[in-house]
Amino acid sequence: MKEAPFPESLVAPGHGACAGCGCILAMRQALESLGKNVIVTMATGCMEVVTTPYPWTAWRVPWIHVAFENAAAVASGVSAALKSLGKKGVKSVAIAGDGGTADIGLQALSGMVERGDDVLYICYDNEGYMNTGIQRSGLTPFGAWTTTTPVGKVKRGEDRPKKNLPAIVAAHGAPYVATASVAYPADYMNKIKKAAAIGGPTYVHVLAPCTPGWRIESNKTIEVSRLAVLTGFWVLYEIENGKLNVTFKPPKRRPVADYLKMQGRFKHLTDAEIAEIQRMVDGQCKRFGIE
Amino acid sequence: MKQTLTGDEAAAIAAKLARVKVISAYPITPQTIVVERLSEFVANGELDAEFIKVESEHSALSACVGAAAAGARAFTATSSQGLMLMSEILFVASGMRLPIVMANANRALSAPLSIWCDWGDSMAVRDCGWVQLYCENNQEVLDLTLQAFLVAESLSLPVMVCFDGFILSHTTEPVDVPKQREVDKFLPPYKPRYVLDPKKPVTMGPMGVPEYYEEFKCMQQEAMRAAKEKLVKVGNEFGKRFGRRYKLIERYHSDDADVILLTMGSLSSSAKELIDRYRARGEKVGLVKVRSFRPFPVRELIDALEHAKAVAILEKDISLGSAGALFIDTAAAFINVEKAPLMLDFICGLGGRDVETLQIKEAIRAAARAAESGEVRKAVRWLGLREKLVGLRV
Amino acid sequence: MKLTAGAVITEPGNAAQNKTGSWRTFRPAVDTKKCTGCGLCSVYCPEPAISKGKPAKIDYDYCKGCGICANECPFHAIAMVPEGEG
Repeated sequence: MKEAPFPESLVAPGHGACAGCGCILAMRQALESLGKNVIVTMATGCMEVVTTPYPWTAWRVPWIHVAFENAAAVASGVSAALKSLGKKGVKSVAIAGDGGTADIGLQALSGMVERGDDVLYICYDNEGYMNTGIQRSGLTPFGAWTTTTPVGKVKRGEDRPKKNLPAIVAAHGAPYVATASVAYPADYMNKIKKAAAIGGPTYVHVLAPCTPGWRIESNKTIEVSRLAVLTGFWVLYEIENGKLNVTFKPPKRRPVADYLKMQGRFKHLTDAEIAEIQRMVDGQCKRFGIE
Repeated sequence: MKQTLTGDEAAAIAAKLARVKVISAYPITPQTIVVERLSEFVANGELDAEFIKVESEHSALSACVGAAAAGARAFTATSSQGLMLMSEILFVASGMRLPIVMANANRALSAPLSIWCDWGDSMAVRDCGWVQLYCENNQEVLDLTLQAFLVAESLSLPVMVCFDGFILSHTTEPVDVPKQREVDKFLPPYKPRYVLDPKKPVTMGPMGVPEYYEEFKCMQQEAMRAAKEKLVKVGNEFGKRFGRRYKLIERYHSDDADVILLTMGSLSSSAKELIDRYRARGEKVGLVKVRSFRPFPVRELIDALEHAKAVAILEKDISLGSAGALFIDTAAAFINVEKAPLMLDFICGLGGRDVETLQIKEAIRAAARAAESGEVRKAVRWLGLREKLVGLRV
Repeated sequence: MKLTAGAVITEPGNAAQNKTGSWRTFRPAVDTKKCTGCGLCSVYCPEPAISKGKPAKIDYDYCKGCGICANECPFHAIAMVPEGEG
């Protein structure tokens, strides 16, 4: 029998993710850092759907999907079971998209963190409900085109700013909260390792582009992720027991237009709208001590 | 040993005796005492389990799913709005074939808001693929909850044990509580069919594409069918060990009865008392009590009811736009049977309305009239309705 | 094939039976002279379909032709050529 391809990868190839998908990359990198002693609970969404159409599964770790809004609750149940059975050395990990976390999943996440459950929660953020066809989520950035924030005569894309989810989780008093990017894998994987090692609720929020959703070519996933960070649009940081630590400060922050112009979902933006976004990013960078 | 227990307490003690490992439940009247007692057992070290202080019923059942999938015996309890809130996950739990046991203190559904007893909550989810058992008294609450774990785990099917809110949940009755070591002999530790374990990774909850979905549902239906036999088997074993035997239905003076009352839950107790009085006068009235509503005991009901002239179904629920659920299922059971009794559906006790003896007598009279005339003028009626308030004659 | 109760999939990673290489319209070709074996391509490949090495080895059974590797290679050692060539 032929040996399994890429046996060291805990996500097997042969899944249905789009060519150039940033999210499946985020999955692969996270699991590489976590190792096989995990139980993954995943919410309904792109990653769940493309990896597990019966009878196929891309997962080489124990994995469960239950519903859209309850990954955190299911993972809390897994963690409690492990504790009650005295099973040590196995980590309960919850993974959900921005939809399944920030909006419909917020209650379950809040409960999990408030209770102090021993779960590592990873939010893969492609800034929309991508699996159902690119509808907006609470984490869709200001100005972005989506199918439910289309660009027309009266309204021009998303008119609300991105909900600050890491701050919400940190406000619960979670011992470790971090942001990450698939373009900075060492930083991301290091944070995953750190978060997993803590017994208690930890949270890693990774920005992961969606090629059809962001309207980018399939080969631009990493480049656009890098620009998100280099323009200060997305800041890489950790909050450890309430203390903020920015893990990467772009040496010479680039104008946000460089990032926006790479993506079709922002192509309708006028100079004035881009300037407004620049002001928002400037304000954000000031708060994080990025020049 | 006999203790005086409310229904809630009996459910909590049963979960404790079953050595549940994970409890995740959210409080709602009238289930609250189940949750409180279990928290006390855990806090005192009487029960070695994890108690997850979930923030909603949806999360309560979700956590049970995670726990059961990871190999722990999981338990929850709820009522009414809570059951509705977790209803999405009810279907998921049964589709995933996880043997979760739940206590449901039957309570009416909003709106208007009601905290009082009726079966609207569990009836609203009768399609969800959970075994549904209805308790007549607090002894049955304890006994059926214990049996539920064994049935659930041997068939990989979740089970909900229903008992009337306030009427049973908050009423004290004498209950024989079995000893822990006897329960241990009856109920072995949970051995999951599949388990989430890094040593042997499995994927649970995949997408069921059209090529397979129908077959998965068929398998669930087969498991429900197998549950009929399993319930009787377990009910027998329980009887041998603890002296109280259980079947899918219970017959009370019905074998030679012309008029039979058909009901569930605590109404059965009231009905039994009334039937004793009829029998004392030599009148052939009987009762059939349904204990297992899902799976629906078709064969058993046909055997128990077919000789009767008329059956009066008393139920605390209505499928709005149709009729009472117990009536609908019983009528369906007889649809291709040549010798079938006339059936009358009596909607009663909604929203905690007391079902008085006079009202049950009214139902028996109506059934007797139908038996005599050979026809049913009105199949679905309301018992104890305050007609003046609605300006209708129903 | 018999279905499992609850649709549990017991063979981990059996998705590998689906050769997604059939998706490609362009394929990455590695210039063995330029490749230094840095492994960045394998780090960024979503599938995964690249083994780190000198030169990097592409698994064409699974490569979907997204082109991230070619776009990210610091030494421009990977070129995307139309499927059927190179």
